[in-house]
Amino acid sequence: MTTTERAVGSDVRRIDGPDKVRGRVPYAYEHELGAQSVFVAIVQSPVARGRVTSIDASAAEAVPGVLAVLTHENAPRLGDVAEEILVLQSPVVQYAGEPVAVVVAETSEVARDAVGRVRVDYESADPDVVLSVDRDDLYPPEQLMAGFETDSVIGDVDAALAEAPVTVDVVYETPNQHNNPIEMHATVARWDGDVLRMWDANQGPHNLVPVITEAFGITEDQLHITSPYVGGAFGSKAYTHVHQLLAGMAAKVTGRTVKLELTRQQMFSLVGHRTPTIQRLRLGARPDGTLTAISHEVVEHTSQNAEFAEQTATATRLMYSAPARRTTHRLAKLDVPAPTIMRAPGEAPGMYALESAMDELAAELGMDPVELRLRNEPDRDPERDVPWSTRNLVACLTQGAERFGWAGRDHRPGVREDGRWLVGTGVAAATYPTRRRPSQARIEAVAGKPYVVSIDASDIGTGAWTTLTQIAADALGVPMDQVRLRIGDSRLPQASGAGGSTGITSWGPAIMAAAQELHDRFGGQVPADGVTVTGSSGPGDEAEQLSSHAFGAHFAEVRVDRDTGEVRVPRMTGVFAVGRVINTVTARSQLLGGMTMGLSMALHEESVLDERRGHYANHDLAEYHIAANADVGEVDIAWVDEVDDAHNPLGAKGIGEIGIVGSAAAIGNAYWHATGRRVRDLPITPDKWFR
Amino acid sequence: MREFRYEKATDPAGAVALLADAPEGAYLGGGTNLVDLMRLGVATPDVLVDVRRLTSDQVEELPDGGLRIGAAVPNADLAADLRVRQRYPLLAQALLAGASGQLRNRATTGGNLLQRTRCTYFTDTTQPCNKRAPGSGCGAVTGLHRNHAVLGATDEGPDSPHTCVATHPSDLAVALRALDAEVRVLGRDGERTVAMADLHRLPGEDPARDTTLAHGELITAIDVPGLPWAVRSRYRKVRDRASYAFALISVAAAMDLDGSTVRDVRIALGGVAHAPWRATVAEDALRGGPATEEAFTAAAEAELAAAHPLPDNAFKVPMATSTLVRTLLQISAEARA
Repeated sequence: MTTTERAVGSDVRRIDGPDKVRGRVPYAYEHELGAQSVFVAIVQSPVARGRVTSIDASAAEAVPGVLAVLTHENAPRLGDVAEEILVLQSPVVQYAGEPVAVVVAETSEVARDAVGRVRVDYESADPDVVLSVDRDDLYPPEQLMAGFETDSVIGDVDAALAEAPVTVDVVYETPNQHNNPIEMHATVARWDGDVLRMWDANQGPHNLVPVITEAFGITEDQLHITSPYVGGAFGSKAYTHVHQLLAGMAAKVTGRTVKLELTRQQMFSLVGHRTPTIQRLRLGARPDGTLTAISHEVVEHTSQNAEFAEQTATATRLMYSAPARRTTHRLAKLDVPAPTIMRAPGEAPGMYALESAMDELAAELGMDPVELRLRNEPDRDPERDVPWSTRNLVACLTQGAERFGWAGRDHRPGVREDGRWLVGTGVAAATYPTRRRPSQARIEAVAGKPYVVSIDASDIGTGAWTTLTQIAADALGVPMDQVRLRIGDSRLPQASGAGGSTGITSWGPAIMAAAQELHDRFGGQVPADGVTVTGSSGPGDEAEQLSSHAFGAHFAEVRVDRDTGEVRVPRMTGVFAVGRVINTVTARSQLLGGMTMGLSMALHEESVLDERRGHYANHDLAEYHIAANADVGEVDIAWVDEVDDAHNPLGAKGIGEIGIVGSAAAIGNAYWHATGRRVRDLPITPDKWFR
Repeated sequence: MREFRYEKATDPAGAVALLADAPEGAYLGGGTNLVDLMRLGVATPDVLVDVRRLTSDQVEELPDGGLRIGAAVPNADLAADLRVRQRYPLLAQALLAGASGQLRNRATTGGNLLQRTRCTYFTDTTQPCNKRAPGSGCGAVTGLHRNHAVLGATDEGPDSPHTCVATHPSDLAVALRALDAEVRVLGRDGERTVAMADLHRLPGEDPARDTTLAHGELITAIDVPGLPWAVRSRYRKVRDRASYAFALISVAAAMDLDGSTVRDVRIALGGVAHAPWRATVAEDALRGGPATEEAFTAAAEAELAAAHPLPDNAFKVPMATSTLVRTLLQISAEARA
């Protein structure tokens, strides 16, 4: 008899790491398929609003090596897919950068050269790209993303605010931001008869299947998408974008295997972005810090061709107690590309505003901002009026304060100097929903051989290759090397995409269910001729009966150079309540990445729309700044002991997004504590010191 | 991207001869900027003449205590050269403030001076830009210009063929401008010397031209004259993140103090103009005067009085002022220590 150590909860290193470092595993663009591939390059509209009046592709077609030029006049017709991805189907242009033609050529150099030779004439109008609260066309969307209600109102908020002895009434702005995973979006496509074969960088092949089959009028059996290794995504690879359809069209027209990789610049117009927000926060409180009213009103943008309504204020619905409470969301339809999800869509900008306002309220009250949060801790979900499955925000705040050395903090702003540096500290809370989505898994067992565990899960850099192998090993009662995991393929059992921090909570239980099936039917004895079992998992009624969320607390130290306005963050502490941690190494990496992205949101990231011409002007990594290594100081990460069995037998919560939630607020609050000045529009760049 | 030929010569004169016959050709040094621009379709040479190994990659002594820097010396090597670090701290600091370790290994000294602006309208062939496409106008004056010029720019509105508010991106050039370096240039008619003061130009009515070099002229070396008091010098770069970003403002300064009096001073500013900006107004105001915060402030404000900021880069005026004042205070404190 052998005993097996549990893999879940250990610090096992990434099993895919060595092969990735050695370049032995192919990312989408690297798939070599035997037949000589051809290349697709995209002609984009510089006009943000208008129509194509004529296209002359003759000069491009005359370039040796050019196989085809597709335009709205000759491209294959697509089926009934969302308007934002109906590419090359009409002469109408709805955003700067919209594809108006593609060139297919024998080499990528020839394709890119020919792009410049396609002559396109436009009829154009001035674009409308500026979001403001004064617009007269703001409207309430039907509902928010993830099915949230557009507005929520409890009690008489205006009366409660009018009566409150202490109030805060402030407006925060967050900018357009872009997902910038290291791996650019890429698709390799080929038609094998009437079967479309794709190697693609995405967050879940099954996410793409309904759209791509509809677009090309094929059945699920006629589509096979493979995506085993993905170099980051953050939400930008969750949905079908135009490039996948362009690749399919180009492959169809030429009969060749085509490769299409977006340039970094194209990622700023073709794969979505985080909407800018303007958020008015009003808080009312008693002198002891007890909140009496919370109002959070959000204005954001969407595109002419899509309604993407980000759930910015939904975290405010559950964070703190208050008898009177209101959240609203209003949209403006602008001449911009369709927004999409970007790490913690909604929670990241929304909690920046709420947690900054809480800090401003603490200052008004002359109160420790940690204490203010503890004072308003709700014992049930304050809007849904259901119990928490687990809520350990208090533990995160108190343990974080301890680790960071918060005790004894002088709460006065602008009074600490170190040479020319002004020094301050800040705190903010974090939350992210816990949920699971329907998923299925299959286990093939043959006596004497490793188990083959198959599920169309995705590893977008999160560590899922490793964590799912750990979960499978424990469920099967074998060491990890007795498990062969297969993920990232539309022909594998259907699973939810990697998004909403639901990977582990959705995929892990499906694998466990399959292992349980194997155990129930065969005990410890695998039949000699082998057996295949399946398992599935999905949300139950716990989602209605309980309020389930991960929580966290961020602490940050900020230094501001009073001569130059430069901001540095020498240290951050994050403590999280995220249920059972499956892998301490990859979990820490997820939280570290989230906190770093929050730092980047606080200090650097902003996509600048040219208001006259309508394009994202700083569309490369030289000008769209993301925190560099030198910007990230000491990052201290911990989690509290927590197991939440309400949603899944692992006791886990999602961990991919909570790290970014609240971290920007902690830095903004520390900036105020250092300088005495509030910057209420991110990012806090050096120029803002001189306003 | 246009197809191009790749050529190598055996010596600098051979390279000059090759390019003289190729009006659309270009020299290839480290390629850290040119190759990017070719990929973007901004630069479209039909032939590249590789000069990376043709000119000297050595730093040599000059009789006046100065240094001759071969055009092919990598930025990383130059920053690490002990003589550079000891004699011209501002030069070593400027180099290390630029780009990243990998880029500094690859980039050459000559190429560094000839890099193009990072204005996003220049690097996007779908946008108007008088520098890239003369006569097409300027997208930046009405668009993204937060990091554009406040001194010496030409702003006649977005549709004028003269308008250009781009900045020169090099840190090294700012330090060399403060040091009155001279650039040795080889052309078809032989060698000539160009003062750093005359190398980069303001846009005037011809923003397409960054420098006064003629097509086919090749930088072979940079002479940095001896300046004993440059041992007390600094390069201070202010940028949007802690590393790997172009300057919002940079200050290259050296100061010679006689007790509490400024005997002599050199100041150049980066991130403010189409060329490294020598702060002669501030220098004149300081020379012979007291080394005090008040005097430094008055001199900096006098220099920046000529600024014409755009709506989104007005911060550069106070930022340049305070950064210059602090840099001079640090040098004078160092001198007194």
